[in-house]
Amino acid sequence: MLIKKATDIPSAEITPKSFYLNRRKFLLGAGAIAGAALASHKLGQIIVPSSSVLAGTKLDASPSSFSTTEKQTPLNDITHYNNYYEFSTDKYEPADLAKNFNPRPWTIKVEGLVNKPKTFDIDTVLKMHLEDRIYRMRCVEGWSMVIPWVGFPLSTLLGQVEPNSKAKFVEFTSLYDPKRFPGQQRNVLEWPYVEGLRMDEAMHPLTILAVGLYGETLPNQDGAPVRLVVPWKYGFKGIKAIVKIKLVEKEPVSTWTKAGPNEYGFYSNVNPNVDHPRWSQAKERRIGEFFKRPTLMFNGYGDQVASLYTGMDLKKNF
Amino acid sequence: MKPKYLKPIVFLACLIPLGRLGWRALTAGLGANPIQVITWSTGTWTLVFLVVTLSITPARKLTKQYWLIQFRRMFGLFAFFYACLHFTTYVWLDQFFDWHSITKDIAKRPFITVGFTAFVLLIPLAVTSTQASIRRLGKRWQRVHRLIFVSAVLGVIHYIWLVKKDIRRPVIYASILGVLLAYRLIVWSWGRFRASSNAHPASIGRRTIPVE
Repeated sequence: MLIKKATDIPSAEITPKSFYLNRRKFLLGAGAIAGAALASHKLGQIIVPSSSVLAGTKLDASPSSFSTTEKQTPLNDITHYNNYYEFSTDKYEPADLAKNFNPRPWTIKVEGLVNKPKTFDIDTVLKMHLEDRIYRMRCVEGWSMVIPWVGFPLSTLLGQVEPNSKAKFVEFTSLYDPKRFPGQQRNVLEWPYVEGLRMDEAMHPLTILAVGLYGETLPNQDGAPVRLVVPWKYGFKGIKAIVKIKLVEKEPVSTWTKAGPNEYGFYSNVNPNVDHPRWSQAKERRIGEFFKRPTLMFNGYGDQVASLYTGMDLKKNF
Repeated sequence: MKPKYLKPIVFLACLIPLGRLGWRALTAGLGANPIQVITWSTGTWTLVFLVVTLSITPARKLTKQYWLIQFRRMFGLFAFFYACLHFTTYVWLDQFFDWHSITKDIAKRPFITVGFTAFVLLIPLAVTSTQASIRRLGKRWQRVHRLIFVSAVLGVIHYIWLVKKDIRRPVIYASILGVLLAYRLIVWSWGRFRASSNAHPASIGRRTIPVE
């Protein structure tokens, strides 16, 4: 009961941001620390019973070589500037509207073209080997952040259900519950939110399911309890509050593609050379910076992911 | 009914949106994306003042509070003032004088094209807002100042086109503007109807009700 109360307190209030940053520096700074971090990860599982892992709870995670060393966006900005239409179309509102959202109990059904369909309880998911993944996040609207996610490769989860050879795409579905998601009471988008990835994109080591940020479980407004993060794609591909993952044969139709087929394509890879029909994608404003900076191809992850799209016309497959 | 000091009070009230923005910037801050907040706020208040300016004529006629006319110019000029701030925010804070990118935006992005046009159309209205201009232009003054309708319509289109999906707010402005335009249309048609049905010698040469 005592622990449950802690959910009401925003994580930002429990631990000052500078502490996170120092911790992050500490973890990243010395390679030798990695082993110790790993040990504490195991220790953490013993000490903290899984049922108590709620919003604002610390997570143990090991560092990752995929992380960027760029300056991280302050937690307050990451939690108060959210495109989360299930709560509101206004980016400043989810922080408040998500306050009473309870991401428990929660299960993620993984089904479709798999040998071993399975329903994962969120507490099982949180026991996976977690990593800190500090990624750039580029929103299709032209702003960006650097977010220290905590998560694990989607491929780990998919590996457990053994997709069969017919599975070509992965379709993700968010929770549909207009009582808990006030934004779903209006049909501003077709609910529930659906997103999709090609199999090779889903299995890519950069693609993660995030369960936390800044070392703690995900704040509700950032997609608690579990969300997708695909750092080389526009932010809206990062579907939040996932309840279902389905392996399918045909390319899924994403919610935003349904809303605007000529504006939001299936791939939605960050690409400074392919403009949104209504605005340029050549530059972006990093939250916290005054000057716009040039947007990088594949959001700067070209070395890792460009080969996925060899021979494809990225203007057509936007 | 109308105290002497009403005008300065209204004038100061029109500066509240700007003052509030400045106050927030200096105290609590403008959130994660301050430049966007400034852009939205100045843009919103431009539309508000355009709509308020266009409400004066119907309001004074329907309520018979004819003295309201003296505020029309002030509100119109405040619409232009906030439009200038909005445009400056875009050119300075958002684009940082990247003229290549700005000209490309204006030419290529329909929402910026219409927004820019709406702004440019307000310039002659602001310039000819003086008493001297009204005297000098005579009847032509009113014709020139009907450009405000075009500017307001383009402003609302600008808003609708920039929104990603949720067009509730721009639709509110579109509806109010629709009502204000419909009022003029009704008054104008009524005037024409009256003029034609009263076409006996006594009313020849009578002017129709002017559309403001």
